[in-house]
Amino acid sequence: MKAHLKVKRKRSQKQEVWKFIVFAVVLSSIFLLYPIFYSMYLSLHSMQGLQSVFVGFGNYLRMFQDDIFVKALMNNFTFLIFQVPIMVILGLLMAFLLNTPNLKGRTFFKLALFLPCVTSLVSYAVLFKMMFQIGGIINNALLNIGTIQSPIDWLNSPFWVKVTVIIALCWRWTGYNMIFYLAGLQNISDDTLEAADIDGANGFQKFFQVVIPQLKPVIVFTTITSTIGTIQLFDEVVNLTGGGPSNETLTAAQLIYNHSFIYTSNFGYSATLSWALVVIIAVLSIVQLKISNRD
Amino acid sequence: MKKLMSLLKYSFLIISSFISIFPFYWMIAGATNTSNQIAEGKLTFGDQLWVNLQGLFGAYNIPLIMWNSLKISGITVIFSLLVTSLAAFGFEKFKTKTSEWIYTIILLFMMIPLAALVIPLFKIMAGLQLVNQHLAIILPAVNNLFLIFFFRQSFKSFPNEIIDASKIEGASNYAIFFRIVFPMMKSTYAAAAIYAFMNSWNSYLLPLIFLQTENKYTMTLLISSLSSASYVANYGMQMIAIVIATVPTLILFLVMQKGFVKGMTGSLKM
Repeated sequence: MKAHLKVKRKRSQKQEVWKFIVFAVVLSSIFLLYPIFYSMYLSLHSMQGLQSVFVGFGNYLRMFQDDIFVKALMNNFTFLIFQVPIMVILGLLMAFLLNTPNLKGRTFFKLALFLPCVTSLVSYAVLFKMMFQIGGIINNALLNIGTIQSPIDWLNSPFWVKVTVIIALCWRWTGYNMIFYLAGLQNISDDTLEAADIDGANGFQKFFQVVIPQLKPVIVFTTITSTIGTIQLFDEVVNLTGGGPSNETLTAAQLIYNHSFIYTSNFGYSATLSWALVVIIAVLSIVQLKISNRD
Repeated sequence: MKKLMSLLKYSFLIISSFISIFPFYWMIAGATNTSNQIAEGKLTFGDQLWVNLQGLFGAYNIPLIMWNSLKISGITVIFSLLVTSLAAFGFEKFKTKTSEWIYTIILLFMMIPLAALVIPLFKIMAGLQLVNQHLAIILPAVNNLFLIFFFRQSFKSFPNEIIDASKIEGASNYAIFFRIVFPMMKSTYAAAAIYAFMNSWNSYLLPLIFLQTENKYTMTLLISSLSSASYVANYGMQMIAIVIATVPTLILFLVMQKGFVKGMTGSLKM
């Protein structure tokens, strides 16, 4: 009797599941699966205007010799290796401090630190562009405090423009990542922290030797999502720097966009660059997961 | 020593909070200043609010652009919640070999950046004559893969006994979903709605590619074009536009903080 029921349940499940997933499957096929194959097809063709010529791996060969693409990727990696660690460390520190017992104004601090997340990427990029004008508020503040002697050309110096992008990214995303660490910290039992107290550990020791190791899964998760985000960086650079000066902040995603819609449109070549980006994201994610699983 | 640590702790938190909040203050103050004053970094409120408002509302049809943003976000939220939660319920509660296989592929798709799909999407929309139509932005956004994952994780905790009991009473699976599951999972739906709304409200790449005339613009697209298009940038107008675009999300955050944080971070436990 029971076996009979099980068979019946199995058969009905086969029909029932489709009733529920059909819409998602149809939409995925049209707006994901088909575009993926189409973009593979495009990457093997050169498309200028309406003419489509099969070029095999010609686009891929062109990509490896494309200095601007290499430069754009290097920019992505520069942002990545500075911004992600700074943000993770600041976020951890904030979460750790917010989690200390008897903290006054905890709710206010939490609210304030998360606030940058309510802005759209475009809005805050445009806002930061105004703040980092050469005669603008940031330079005024730094000059008044005496940190700098002459104004910094934040948006036009090849070095400082990268710093500006990194500062902007940290402002927008640190509070966001902090939330994950806070949630992680609440899962760490107070016992381990109390034990560390009894052993005479100070704040720094507790932070580095008790909290960080236990938060590792969350840190890995936020590092991977931030890495993917930085590799795909588009909205911020387009609106903050426009990729300039002379491609110093151009990102791979912006270059793909430019090849499709700004320069003489070549959908084939931009599809090729897109696939390079997909591969890089996949490889980086796998590497980060492998590293975190090793010990 | 303890006092020093406490001092350091509060200084760090106060300075970080100040840095987080300051741009918001400056954006509101900036909306009342002239373009030059903003470029010079004026800190205080001015008397140009009305002038800036008139400038922006005179040059662009702001109510229409605001309505476009709200309409696109609203439709996207409703349909993506429906489509993704239905799919997630199917994947979780009626799983078969094939469906698990499809789900794995969907998870893999999440890794593919939007930038890689933009060109084929443009071709599809051009074929459907949807370029410069809001539908071109809504359609690809409805099937939000992350939300399928998010809902499935939450449905894991939904007791099968309730489903089985309702079945014995003769309820169809759709009825169970809409009459029992949906009302019981309201907070999950609220978080998902906020996630979908913020995604759509702030979306930039798709509107940038598909929307070509000003009467179709969204607020996000307007801010971007205000900032880049003009030869002489009018910072006062930009500030007003940013304030207008940020107010709805700010209110949403302040009214339902917990749900907002849950939605934005897409986490189940917060």
